[in-house]
Amino acid sequence: MRHLMSPLDLSVEELDKILDLANDIEKNPQEYAHVCDGKRIATLFYEPSTRTRLSFEAAMMNLGGNVLGFSNADSSSAAKGESVSDTIRMASCYADICAMRHPKEGAPLVASQVSSIPVINAGDGGHQHPTQTLTDLLTIRSLKGRLHNLTIGICGDLKFGRTVHSLIKALVRYDNVRFILISPEELRVPDYIRDDVLTRNNKEFEEVVRLEEALPSLDLLYMTRVQKERFFNEEDYVRMKDFYILDKPKMELAPREMLVLHPLPRVNEISTEVDSDPRAVYFKQVRYGVYVRMALILTLLEVKVC
Amino acid sequence: MLNVGQLYEGFVLDHIKAGKSMTIYHDLQLDTLDCCVAIIKNAKSNKMGRKDIIKVECPIDQLDLNILGFIDHNITVNIIKDATIVAKKDLTLPQKIENVIKCKNPRCITSIEQELKHIFILADPEKEIYRCKYCEEKYSGDHNR
Repeated sequence: MRHLMSPLDLSVEELDKILDLANDIEKNPQEYAHVCDGKRIATLFYEPSTRTRLSFEAAMMNLGGNVLGFSNADSSSAAKGESVSDTIRMASCYADICAMRHPKEGAPLVASQVSSIPVINAGDGGHQHPTQTLTDLLTIRSLKGRLHNLTIGICGDLKFGRTVHSLIKALVRYDNVRFILISPEELRVPDYIRDDVLTRNNKEFEEVVRLEEALPSLDLLYMTRVQKERFFNEEDYVRMKDFYILDKPKMELAPREMLVLHPLPRVNEISTEVDSDPRAVYFKQVRYGVYVRMALILTLLEVKVC
Repeated sequence: MLNVGQLYEGFVLDHIKAGKSMTIYHDLQLDTLDCCVAIIKNAKSNKMGRKDIIKVECPIDQLDLNILGFIDHNITVNIIKDATIVAKKDLTLPQKIENVIKCKNPRCITSIEQELKHIFILADPEKEIYRCKYCEEKYSGDHNR
């Protein structure tokens, strides 16, 4: 039995297989409509989520399976003081696979240590968000045709942005990938990403503050939101929240082939006037998220499709 | 001159930094053992000026000394059998340490999950960096606490 805690739990070959399967699901959805009949996914979400939870639920339903779970800690026994370990032991009796989101970093790993069903990390604090990474990789590979030879700008909250950490960890395994990390000084990537991931893998990267400076050289721009829920101090959040706003004049500085991705939800870091730009692919990304989660569920449940 | 009786089977931990013996006593959980333990503080040392020494009389498979490599790899470990030194253990950094240091990241699951062990994994042997197994926070404290 396998779990998914980090994108690095999957080898590049395994990742390719999941992305291939996701692309096949996209082309032939009807062939997968009943492959999980009778199976259930438990979505254990200890903090609010719209996209990720709905995406997992839509993925399981598209495969013919069912869904159970909770969408905030207050409506679960966590409010009564139940441990993560006990909750997953209980959920293992009701479901075949589990997707867990938790504000505390490492909570899904704790669950996986005692679980009798596969556990998928659906986001743990500011740490990891591997299924968003699978979504990002599928989007990039499907729309750019490759995951190598790319200059990728990542902009916004790089300190607490778990999607950023997971994406960098996954992309360092591909050849000739260069990163431009765009953030205010206070929201730069944590040292473990800089030292243990980028430097150790000999990846070229720059840390800059101005988005305008980076835009002309990018193949991809990955925008992120400054997350209010990760700040202990409201004042710091207010100071940071409007630091970057991608708008039409800034898009004019970007190459014609550049793609704009965003894990969503967006607040105001991408102006809505950019939505109609063909380079803005963040809503397509949401659709890819469902396909790749379907592929992941099939892989972890070891469902063979004839 | 202070005399401490001869060991027949057990360990002598020598060249402990002066004043650190009680920390090591607790880290090795010697307080839970039902055996004879001698702690010598501030002994004279040509090499160190002052040093601490711990003598533990117990079967030699009873203690996990790997943690000493994390605390201070300059400590000398003499393994005693039949009242003679039969081996000296080389201390290396352990791959994993459990419940010796605590994760200080308030966002880490170890801050709320009941009875969850605090586990740190050796991430970079050259720089002697340990990271929390759960949140990957770097341990930035003093190894020689």
